[in-house]
This record gives sequence, structure tokens and C-alpha cells, in this order.
Amino acid sequence: MSVLVDSDTRVVVQGITGGEGKFHAEQMMEYGTNVVAGAVPGKGGQEVAGVPVYDTVDEAAREEDADASVVFVPPAFAADAVFEALDAPLDLVVAITEGIPAQDMSKVYKRLGEVDTRLIGPNCPGIITPGESKLGILPGNIFESGDVGLVSRSGTLTYQVVDNLTSRGVGQTTAIGIGGDPIIGTDFTDALELFENDPDTKAVVMCGEIGGEDEEEAARFIAENMDTPVAGFIAGRTAPEGKRMGHAGAIVSGSGTGTAESKINALNDAGVPVGDTPNEVADHIEDFL
Amino acid sequence: MRLHEYQAKSVFADAGIPTPDATLASSVDEVVEAAEDIGYPVAVKAQVHVGGRGKAGGIKLAESREEAEQVADEIIGMDLKGYRVERVLVEEAVDFKNELYVGVTMDRGEGKPVAMVSAKGGVDIEQVAEEDPDAIAREHVDPAFGMHPYQARKAVYDAGVPREVASDVASILTTVYQLWDDRDASEVEINPVMITEDDEVVAADAVMNIDDDALFRQQDLAEMEEEAYEDDLERKAGEYGFDYVRLSGNVGIIGNGAGLVMTTLDLVDYYGGKPANFLDIGGGAKAERVANALDMVFSDENVDAVVFNIFGGITRGDEVAKGINDALGQFDEIPKRVVVRLAGTNAEEGREILNDDLVTVEETLEDAVQRAVEFSEEEAQ
Repeated sequence: MSVLVDSDTRVVVQGITGGEGKFHAEQMMEYGTNVVAGAVPGKGGQEVAGVPVYDTVDEAAREEDADASVVFVPPAFAADAVFEALDAPLDLVVAITEGIPAQDMSKVYKRLGEVDTRLIGPNCPGIITPGESKLGILPGNIFESGDVGLVSRSGTLTYQVVDNLTSRGVGQTTAIGIGGDPIIGTDFTDALELFENDPDTKAVVMCGEIGGEDEEEAARFIAENMDTPVAGFIAGRTAPEGKRMGHAGAIVSGSGTGTAESKINALNDAGVPVGDTPNEVADHIEDFL
Repeated sequence: MRLHEYQAKSVFADAGIPTPDATLASSVDEVVEAAEDIGYPVAVKAQVHVGGRGKAGGIKLAESREEAEQVADEIIGMDLKGYRVERVLVEEAVDFKNELYVGVTMDRGEGKPVAMVSAKGGVDIEQVAEEDPDAIAREHVDPAFGMHPYQARKAVYDAGVPREVASDVASILTTVYQLWDDRDASEVEINPVMITEDDEVVAADAVMNIDDDALFRQQDLAEMEEEAYEDDLERKAGEYGFDYVRLSGNVGIIGNGAGLVMTTLDLVDYYGGKPANFLDIGGGAKAERVANALDMVFSDENVDAVVFNIFGGITRGDEVAKGINDALGQFDEIPKRVVVRLAGTNAEEGREILNDDLVTVEETLEDAVQRAVEFSEEEAQ
């Protein structure tokens, strides 16, 4: 039915006393997510959105038997919050925070290699298993339960593609927004592997963009390791060289790699059809099902 | 944030990296005065944020007072790849027998910093990386431990740096890494490190880029920032805090989220139009931000039509609609036709309050983009 999260996932919200943390904790619970606690240093003993707040993630995890967290902590303290969740330890950490310094993430990334916890993000919309649980800020109402896995570097582009799928009756197993930063926890290859191993996922959408070489690497993984069909979309075909287009990763260096063209070619070579429009991606997925 | 060469060199000098004698100047008189103090020959170097200054005529040598005057006159006030040169660095021209490259940056694929040394300095290092990758020694650094001294030595020996200066260059590399780490740099680069006839090593150039996300803990560097924009529109985008890139077409584009905005650009192109800009209003935008975005796009005289593409998650459709109504309601005559597409959180509420007299509302992304392209073609005729 899903990868990583389902209705049994017990969630701690780190930063639940902040505006964003409280609002989205409520939104998540309204969607059905099993939010069991908040964790905010110095705010232990309070109650927010009907759940108890603890001073530490460790205490929240022990007292409430939590296995996942969502991080809504400001950038200056976010890496520390992720370290805390990794050491609690939890199975899954979803970091929504945008603007975490790259050097902080580099240290987090090093630590990730030493623990069993999975990190999604940062700077991402989160993860959702429609009808069961969402950890993050994704608008729940556009998702529908079904057969298609989705992984994307961009939040709003995820929504767009999901809308194209749902509006024609194609539901999703799980959608994962991996985030647009240069250093992230779960990358395309990790997510594709999870979907490949999920018997309920019949096809996968992969939404990439210019910058970096993660899509090219994903293409190699698909060619070598996947039986589940994948359809792709790459944003930034018209982006000029040398300009940064919003996302930290979305810059074309001009050296030939990282361009939309090189990513589309790599995916096509791996047997992955790439839509010219989000709607065409949905067409390809329908053909697979 | 990118430091100017003179700023980066002062950070270098404070950290103990040898740099040439130099003075900042902003007029011909100041250049001559500085050159006389330093002694000829001097290099006069434009302080603007563009790569390839030398090739573009922004760096010149002067061997005498007359040459200093002439060179200063040529460089100060010149247009260098769209930027006006206001100031130059007047610098002792170092006699050298050899040039090296030293740098530290983030290897995003590995998720860790990488230190680099090459005996082929003084040239375009990206070209070296492409044509002769083995000429650059690379050493990945564990961000939790920092760079061990042996790693700096290894990189220097691997790169084939002459033995006489190996230990000095290793020491410079260690300091460069320390600066990279302490100052939250995304890149620190010296190209070239010059080796003089007496086997002294000197940082003849300095590149230092600081991670914008880390400026909150690098206040002293943040204060060095001098805004430089290619034009008034980019200046305005900086003031409003938008991610904005000006392009050469005539369809203005506003959206939320980098990926969706890029997709909107691509669709404009796909349907035969030409994007005028990339403008991301970001997440959770309120009415005022929406009005600022419209102001931005209307200020671009090349724009013939505008497409507004919002997919709400954290952003609310009704808030965006209110912002569009407010912003457009202030005009007696709206300067360009605006097509709006709202989806996601509170999109229905948004579509209900959008004033149809002011904008054209479309349900799908494809329809909205096609309509905006049509408008832009009509307008351009």
C-alpha cells in the first residue's frame, strides 16, 4: 500500500509551538496522521493541538512510542533538531525547513551514514500516503489512493503532476518530495528503490529539474535495477546558463552536465519516457497501468 | 554572496595567507597615488562580480605613471559584462616563475567538501578539469573532523607542486580549508598562487563565495555585501526579496515554487511563446507580495502579457486572489493582460473572489499558458 509511512506511523512534530509547526500539526491530524507528540526545548509540559509537548525528542519518542518526526524548526537550529531525531533514534525524519546552511547539512549527511534512520529533505514538502498519513505541508485534498509512486525535487511541481493524475482517476501509493537543496537525505535513487520493492506500486513518476547529476544517476539505477515502469518530467528546459533559478540546485553550469537536455537524454536512454508537459507525464503513466 | 577580490584578500591576509601589496582606488588620481606608493609595475584590477575579468579587459598592467593614468582611465567607468566598474584594486605586480591553483568547494554528489590543488594555475581551471582532469589533485574532507594536515600535504604532492614550496602551499591549503569552514563559504579559491623567483608563495587572486543561508552567523561578512545588479528590474527584485531572472521574451511569468515556475517557462516555450522572466513569489505569499510581483512584471517594458500560476500548498488561493484584485484595482487601465490559474489550497475560494473584469481565469495550467501566449502574440502585432 505504501512506502515509509502509513496510518500506524507515530509522529513527533519538532517545533510544534511555532506558527508553522502548530498550523501544520493540525492540518496533518485533520488528514488522519497519527501525531502523538511535539518536541520543543523549554516547552515541555505544554499541550499544543491536543498533543503533549516534550523538551526533547528522546523523551517524546520514549513516552509516546514515536517512530517518525517532522521538523518545522528555523534554519539556524534545524540541523541540530535533525541530529536530535537521528540520535533518539527514530526510523524516519522529514525536514521541511528551507535555508539550512550547506555545511550544516554536510555534517548531517555524514551522520546519516552511521545510523539506520532515513531523512527526507530538507527544504521539501514532505511525504504522503493518500488516505493514511501525511508528514509535511502537502495539500492532502489533491491526492488519491492508488497504484502510482511519485518522487520529486520540487514541491509545487509535485502538486501539479498529482493533480494531472488524480483528475483522471489515477491514484498514488506514496508521494515523496525529496527537496531541491544540493545536499539531501533521501535522493531519487533511494526513493526509486523503495517503490521498486513495493508490490503495490505499479508505476512511478519522477520529477526532476536542471542542476546536479542526480537524475542522470537515477537513470542508470532504473536501467540496471528496475522492473516497475517509470515516467519522467524535467523542469528548466528554457533556463539560461549560469543563472540560478530559485532552488539551490537549479543552476546550469554550462559544462554540458546538469542541463535539462542531458537529463532527458539519460532518462530516455534508460527507457523512461519524459513528458513535455505535466499532462503528458500522466498520459505515459496511464499507458503503463 | 560573493566577496569582491579586495574583500576576500583582506580576509586572507587576516588569516595569514600572503597577498601582494594593494590599495583600493576609485579615481585616476587615486590609482596614480597608489601606484607611486607601491612602485611599478602594478596591476590595475576592476572590482566587479564577473568571471573572466582579465580577458574582458578589466585587468591591466602599468609600468609607469603615464601607463597608470591611461589604464585607470580605461578601466574606471568601463562596462564589464553589464556592470559598471566603480573601483579598482591597484596591486604590486609580482614577478613569478610558476602559477598554481588552490581551492575548496562542496562536492554535492558526495555531500562533503573537496580540496583541490593543481600545478596548472593561472588559467581557466574549469577548462583544465575538462581537458586534463588528472592535473587537479582532489582530497575529500570529512566535515565532522575537518582537513587533516596529511591531506593537505598529499594533495600538494599529488598535484606535483615543486618541492621547494610544497610545505608553504600545503599550509595555504590548510588555511583555505579553515576559512571555508569557519566562514561558511561555498567556495574559496586562489587562482593563481604565484611562486616568485625566491620561492615565496603569494595569493595573486582571491575568490570567496559565502553560503547565503549561513549569513546569519557571518554578520561581519554580510555587512560587506554591496548590491550589484545588471538593471533596475533586478534591483527591484532584490528589494522585494524575489527569486527573479530576466529573460529576453515577452510573456511575464509569476508562480510559486521554483520547479513549478520553471515548468511554466517551459510550457510558454512549448506553446510557441517566449518567457520574459522567472519570478518565484515563494511559499505562503500574502496579498502585498502578490502586488509586488505584478509591479515587477509590469515594470518590464518587453512584457506583452502575464501568466500567474499558483498551486497552493502552504500558499492560499484566496489570499493570492485578493492580492491580484487589490493590485490590479489600483490601475485606471491595466497595462498588460493577465491570465490567472489557481489550484490547490483554497483555490475555489480564490476563483470565486477573483475579479473577472481585471483578469482572465483559466482552470488548467495548459489552458492558462496557451491563453497568455495568444495574448502576447496579439499584443506584439
